[in-house]
Amino acid sequence: MSDVERVHDLDVPRDASFAPLELARRLQATWQPPPGLMGWLCSIDHKSIGKRYMVTAFAHLLMAGLLAMVIRVQLAGSDMQLLDPDLYNQVFTMHGTVMMFLFAVPMVEGVMMYLVPLMVGTRIIAFPRLNAFSYWVYLSGGVMIWVAFFLNVGPDAGWFSYPPLAGPEYGAGKRSDIYAQMITFTEVAALAVAIELIVTILKLRAPGMTLMRMPLFVWASLVTSFMIVFSMPSVVIASTLLILDRLIGTHFYNPAEGGDVMLWQHLFWYFAHPEVYIIFLPAVGLASHIVETFSRRPTFGYPAIVLALIGNALLSFGLWVHHMYATGLPRLGNSFFAASSMTIAIPTGIVVFCWLATIASGRLVFRTPMLWIIAFFVLFVIGGLSGVMLASVPIDLQLTDTYFVTAHIHFVLVGGAVAPLIGALYLWFPKMTGRMLDERLGIVQWALFVSGGFVSFGGMVLLGISGMTRRVYTYPPSMQWDTLNLITSLAGWAIGLSFLLLLVNILWSLRAPVRAPANPWTASGLEWLTTSPPPIYNFPLIPHVSSRTPLWDDPSGSEVVTGLRVDQREILVTTTAEAEPDMRDPVPDPSLWPLIAAIVTTIVLMGSIFTPQAIVWGALPFAAVLVAWLYPRKVLAATPAEIDQAKEARS
Amino acid sequence: MRLVAITVLLVLGGCSRNPSVLLDHAGPHAAWTGWLFWVFFVVTAVVWTVVLAMLGLALTRGHSRSRLGLPPEMTPASDRRLGAWVATGVALSVLILTGLVGASYAVDRELIGLDRNTSRSIEITARQWWWEIRYLDGDPNNQFTTANELHVAVGERVKLSLKSNDVIHSLWLPNIAGKRDIIPGQENSLVIRVDRAGTWNGRCSEFCGYQHAFMGLTLIAQPPDEFQAWLATQRQPAPEPAGEEEKRGMQVFLTGPCAMCHNIRGSGTGYSSYAPDLTHLKSRSSIAAGAAPNTKGHLGGWIIDPHGLKPGVHMPVNLQNAGDFQALLAYLESLR
Amino acid sequence: MWWRTVMVVSCLVIVGAALAFFREERSLRPTVAAEAMRRDAATLSTLVAGQAAPPAAENTRYEKSGYDLSEGKRLYRWFNCNGCHANGGGDIGPALMDDKWIYGADARNIYQTIVEGRPNGMPSFRNKIPEAQIWQIAGYVRSMSGLTPFYSRPSRNDDLQAAPPETMAPRQPPKLVAPEPQR
Repeated sequence: MSDVERVHDLDVPRDASFAPLELARRLQATWQPPPGLMGWLCSIDHKSIGKRYMVTAFAHLLMAGLLAMVIRVQLAGSDMQLLDPDLYNQVFTMHGTVMMFLFAVPMVEGVMMYLVPLMVGTRIIAFPRLNAFSYWVYLSGGVMIWVAFFLNVGPDAGWFSYPPLAGPEYGAGKRSDIYAQMITFTEVAALAVAIELIVTILKLRAPGMTLMRMPLFVWASLVTSFMIVFSMPSVVIASTLLILDRLIGTHFYNPAEGGDVMLWQHLFWYFAHPEVYIIFLPAVGLASHIVETFSRRPTFGYPAIVLALIGNALLSFGLWVHHMYATGLPRLGNSFFAASSMTIAIPTGIVVFCWLATIASGRLVFRTPMLWIIAFFVLFVIGGLSGVMLASVPIDLQLTDTYFVTAHIHFVLVGGAVAPLIGALYLWFPKMTGRMLDERLGIVQWALFVSGGFVSFGGMVLLGISGMTRRVYTYPPSMQWDTLNLITSLAGWAIGLSFLLLLVNILWSLRAPVRAPANPWTASGLEWLTTSPPPIYNFPLIPHVSSRTPLWDDPSGSEVVTGLRVDQREILVTTTAEAEPDMRDPVPDPSLWPLIAAIVTTIVLMGSIFTPQAIVWGALPFAAVLVAWLYPRKVLAATPAEIDQAKEARS
Repeated sequence: MRLVAITVLLVLGGCSRNPSVLLDHAGPHAAWTGWLFWVFFVVTAVVWTVVLAMLGLALTRGHSRSRLGLPPEMTPASDRRLGAWVATGVALSVLILTGLVGASYAVDRELIGLDRNTSRSIEITARQWWWEIRYLDGDPNNQFTTANELHVAVGERVKLSLKSNDVIHSLWLPNIAGKRDIIPGQENSLVIRVDRAGTWNGRCSEFCGYQHAFMGLTLIAQPPDEFQAWLATQRQPAPEPAGEEEKRGMQVFLTGPCAMCHNIRGSGTGYSSYAPDLTHLKSRSSIAAGAAPNTKGHLGGWIIDPHGLKPGVHMPVNLQNAGDFQALLAYLESLR
Repeated sequence: MWWRTVMVVSCLVIVGAALAFFREERSLRPTVAAEAMRRDAATLSTLVAGQAAPPAAENTRYEKSGYDLSEGKRLYRWFNCNGCHANGGGDIGPALMDDKWIYGADARNIYQTIVEGRPNGMPSFRNKIPEAQIWQIAGYVRSMSGLTPFYSRPSRNDDLQAAPPETMAPRQPPKLVAPEPQR
């Protein structure tokens, strides 16, 4: 293959010139990765990478959930000796850290990168090699933290690891370094995914899908991606400063040398509050699709929901201080953040009311995904309202750092994010695998989940009011927290059982043959147009969209756009606002370089836990890998004369 | 509603005297906050019930349309009706939130007012994992240091200056006032007033390492004259050892590992503040930051095997021969 | 099928997670009997400079643990070692962060120095510092000149910086020297 191959675009095979079967065969040949293990390692398909993200995140969920079960054994009664404080501190830190950084955020990223290209009707995500790189980096971050945990080097200063406890003097060993570098791994991955999604959503939508015709989940993904871009750098800086303090003795968090321990808290919460919305908003998008699909009508108040999503995103950057009321900040500042924290209930309320209107005016079909909307209402609304209570400065000063806060975050994230995610799993599982999940088992699982969640987190609310502080490895009987804790633990194990049922359901369903139809739920989005599971090129012909619910208005997807080449990987780029066809763009081939780059990154980041030299010397191989990755193999080029010709032809 | 909630809590807690935050307040700060909490609690409970009822209605309505085979309602008229419902819901939310913000601000204002005109200053240094308490006084001779047990006079406004030399802690006296973080490099303070005599529990509420769970602080509110008497006792140096046993115990204390970290005023130890001041050890109700009652047996067990009670604590295993150990215990028991 | 592989791997990791609870732990609670035995061994033996009576295993055990070294660093200050040795740079006591050793650089030598004391001002801490803590301090003293493994060394304290953090200390091969004449 020559380095530069000048392509004259005139007499090449295009999608319009083939019958459907022949077209499918040719597209398959063009798009499929090399066979075997090598192909698996090289894959840059957004669906495989998305599934890997989801499976990995689910494994993290199960393992961190197992830790939660252990925590609940330890706390089930007073003076329990199952774990000593050293192990308990690692266990609760791992539970929180893994759930927030390695389950929740990557899970929504996986769902977004799987669904968004299908929903906007394109063949692949933008920058697919970067996507593969992000997965490998995320995987190594996850493996690193679990291996460290097995070796008794698990992080032990809580999921928000405040220095000085996590700093060089009081965080002995390499535990907090592992934590800080794990953050770096996941943030690198998250930033990459966010950039890909923004470009995919803004530039690769099917023709006709104007911004206001985008599915709500795509809107949620766009908003979330921007939030990632604006919030994650803050925590990357925070964790880098921590590493520097710990490794080479800088003084960013050392008050004696002019540093400030509060710097960490501001940087961290400036990230971590939006992070909750990074997890929550995509879940809202997913829930909107469930509501729409089973109400059999377009979501009521679509523009209001879109604005509410954007409002949520903007407001979420303005309330991080409510995590820090007790730190002695000026009272006036606290008051400002109290008001802004309560304000965020309003956009969330708009979304909830619009769903209610959609359901009430719809023609409701009761299927299992719909149950998870009920779970959302039961659990998340408590979470949101307890958040309103915590937004009030005087109440927060009493309840912060107690189990009330633990209950709040669990109601919000389990009710507001995990429940819609499971509902979405029931809804999109047939699309991803070609198999339906068992809906009856789903009802049992749902019942365990909702009752377990309500009682368990409700118990935590009462424990918080009874004064039980967070992160205690045990408590004396004189505190009289035994009964409530036992109830909380029993209900907590019910949630664990619910996830076990979900796992059984998934594994059981995967044994069945592929037989789900393309659109089993009669849903409205473009992703249901293609087969279940979708072919590697997603759509044989790029659909044209003329409404917000394309498949309800045109179930056969007869409107298509043609002209893409079939002998090369090519996607259609459209304009940002109106989604008019703009140009055709080549897509890179599957490649091993993202994996190699991720391995080099892993070595550099892990080496930097031990010596700063790792960064210096690691930069060299990394630069070499980047050159290899980006080295132009084949360039589609046109001479200036050809470009002029094309412009004349267009005008 | 409040009664119901209290009953529920008491039944679930299965107890008579719950060391609870919001039910049993002994000072104006906690009282105001408790009142505000119940306002929020009732309002949010009602909102939750209403939202769930609306969900139930919506589900029934949508489902009945599907049972009857009717199409979804999507006429402009029905959309306007739905829009009105949504707008009402949002407007009500705004109204409720505004009310709650107002209530919160009002209480906050009251609390700020309570912070003025303090009549006593006490310096509390939080350490891993105990509290050093220093009673400040204009006359340096009247200053003294104690640990883990805070005495105040009933009705007096006391300013607690909070310091940390290691990690971030947070002081929480649930029945008295909200939390205040104790942050190295930053001086925070907390004003408290206790209106009911009695013993109240406090603890560290910001995760601070291995023994965060057992970093307790006992607050004892006394009538003013009793408090003055207590102050007078505490200002005294430790009593001279009376018997032979106690004298031998003091020698064990001074020549063994104890004096490396602990201080007993009047015994000839150096001044070391790394571990609690033991000058009037026996006047305190508990040892090991509230982890065990202050009895001879517990004290002995704590000295021999501190990590059995509090794994990871800085107090090391201390072994003397049996005679020395008994003498040491006898001496410590005499520190009234 | 790739997902089967992933499932199997995940299951293995879950099993590994369960096993994790049986791994080595930090010695938050040295057993009382063991402590008594070590203490007796230490006090009954007659130690002479250069000879090693305490078990050699202690040497490596404490030095490989970042926790023990950071405890040693804490105790170095608590027991006022820096009163004479400063932060390792030396004052009226010899410097500890350089390559010069009068009584040997082995942890057992340092242990002995702390327990027995040395001429020209080093007091004996016999019976004043419990066994385990002496080993922690000895390990920390060695980390000042980079003699402990690179992964376990402590870093800076949250104080004014008096010396570079031990993580950055270059390894200085020990040299035996005669004591300086007393000033």
